[in-house]
Amino acid sequence: MLFLIIKRILLGFITLFIVSLITFVGTEVLPGDACTTYLEREAYGAALEACYKRLGLDIPAYERYLSWAYNVIQGDFGYSLSGQMPINEVLGPRIKNSMVLASAAIIIGIPLALILGIITALWRDKLPDLAISTITIFAMTIPEFISATLLILIVAIWLQWLPGIVIVPTDVTFFELLPNIILPVIAIAMIMTAHMARMVRSSVIQVMASDYIQMAILKGVPYWKMVFKHVLPNALLPAINVVALTIAWLLGGVVVTEVVFNYPGLGRLVIESISNRDLPTVQALAIILASIYVSINLIADLLTLALNPRLKSLQIRK
Amino acid sequence: MDIDKISEEEQKNSLSKVLEVLKTMASKPSGFIGLFILVFHVVLASVSPFLAPYDYKAIDPTLMLQAPSSEYWFGTDSLGRDVFTRTIMGGRTALTITFFGSLIALLWGGLLGIFCGLVGGKIDDVVMRIVDAFLSIPWILAMLLIVSLLGTSTEVLIPALGFFYGKGIVRVARAATHDVIAKDFIVSARARGHSNMSIIWNEIIPNVRDAILVEGAMRWSWMLLGFSSLSFLGFGVSPPTPDWGLMISNARGLMSFAYWAVIAPVVGLSSLIIGINLTADAFAKALGIDRSTKAPV
Repeated sequence: MLFLIIKRILLGFITLFIVSLITFVGTEVLPGDACTTYLEREAYGAALEACYKRLGLDIPAYERYLSWAYNVIQGDFGYSLSGQMPINEVLGPRIKNSMVLASAAIIIGIPLALILGIITALWRDKLPDLAISTITIFAMTIPEFISATLLILIVAIWLQWLPGIVIVPTDVTFFELLPNIILPVIAIAMIMTAHMARMVRSSVIQVMASDYIQMAILKGVPYWKMVFKHVLPNALLPAINVVALTIAWLLGGVVVTEVVFNYPGLGRLVIESISNRDLPTVQALAIILASIYVSINLIADLLTLALNPRLKSLQIRK
Repeated sequence: MDIDKISEEEQKNSLSKVLEVLKTMASKPSGFIGLFILVFHVVLASVSPFLAPYDYKAIDPTLMLQAPSSEYWFGTDSLGRDVFTRTIMGGRTALTITFFGSLIALLWGGLLGIFCGLVGGKIDDVVMRIVDAFLSIPWILAMLLIVSLLGTSTEVLIPALGFFYGKGIVRVARAATHDVIAKDFIVSARARGHSNMSIIWNEIIPNVRDAILVEGAMRWSWMLLGFSSLSFLGFGVSPPTPDWGLMISNARGLMSFAYWAVIAPVVGLSSLIIGINLTADAFAKALGIDRSTKAPV
């Protein structure tokens, strides 16, 4: 068991190492380097050389990678090109803001998805299922920027209930941020809930059709007792991994949502740093977002392992 | 029976199989609606240049932000262009680019997945680690980086989208290959001394084709979503080409008094994505593949 956990963590680190190589090689292989893309037409002569010197681009690539990786492991991402600021200072408040957004969406989304998924599974093909399933299909297929734009149009412009876009500085305090996050949270939670509710639904339906549930029904176990004691624990375990993958996948969608609402989080920083051609910041973002993805998956893996004794023995045999 | 006859018969069989699958798909209301929407959009995209009442790029400052009328059915946008014309033409680029992108994704993802599943061992380990690493970089970051460095031409977008949406197919194809590889017919093909290439082509592909095709259909809708998001962020189709994502992003700032310029492309894009999604779901069900418990990776 301990061996298995250590192996998973090691694999996570190997993945991150490859990610760092990919981002480094990617920015290296694609035409132009950090300085020529940043300086654009002024990329010649003294300015270019000064930039090379400042970023240390005048030393060989593998040495640069090693020193960059060494600093990253110590938590230092170097300097951003556009703002001339340490990337850590740029990232700090952004990460906090995005965390607030994501955790609010997860706190609302997971319980709601569980309830909706269970309702649709237990009333399969009846009216509640048809109604909720139709809504979830709409919510999960429509692009983030469309649902976010429609939310602004309806709630902020037509009904005038809430502000449509976020106009706060990046380093606002938590309580100043709070009223601004309602619409972005709804936009993200909607898609997340729809995805997860569908998975919970099919997972519950699968368990309901299994032999031991049929057995419980035949034995005359009361319906709700059977649902809570036998169906749900078995249905929700396999859902953990899928929920984690969904959350991780939504990282990409959060970028778009943050842009629509002008929310000062990591997502908007992605767009800003790419528009400014700020490659050092882009590299830092790639590593950070990939670490979030890897750790979410790792947590889900370990959680499933810890909760399911059957899976434990299965994987040891493998 | 000579060989020509066999291949003729096979062709007839595959055609009737396609028709049968289509029939099964259309027999359920959701599948019928999906197919209907998809066919509608494909037909519209091919004939819209002939239907368009105005020039899609004709700018007229005197006609700025006109409300819908009998003359301009969906009103005009902030540059005085006809929204109806731009809406019916808005799916052309997105449909074409994502269709070819999905084909590329299917091909490289499917073949690499089958290869890894068949050979296993060290090669498989290394390739899967790299695929995992690519999966953990958010697609949008990678796409934006490529597009901002190489430009937004079709020759960049199609392979880039094809590459980034194919990495998930590698996993699916590999898993499907693992399912068939232990079967007797593979063992006997090996015993007959067939090469890996011949086993892949004659034994594995016919058996994993359905699973990969379903995955590709699903990926088409995700790619369309991703591509529209790129356009929306200003990294996709370049103006004045009519594109729904771009239209929404341009009209968004003025939507408090010109909502029609947003609503029309929103309906166009949403209906197409829902249509492809319903079709892909019905396709999966018709082929007997359950993908409802899978994560969108």
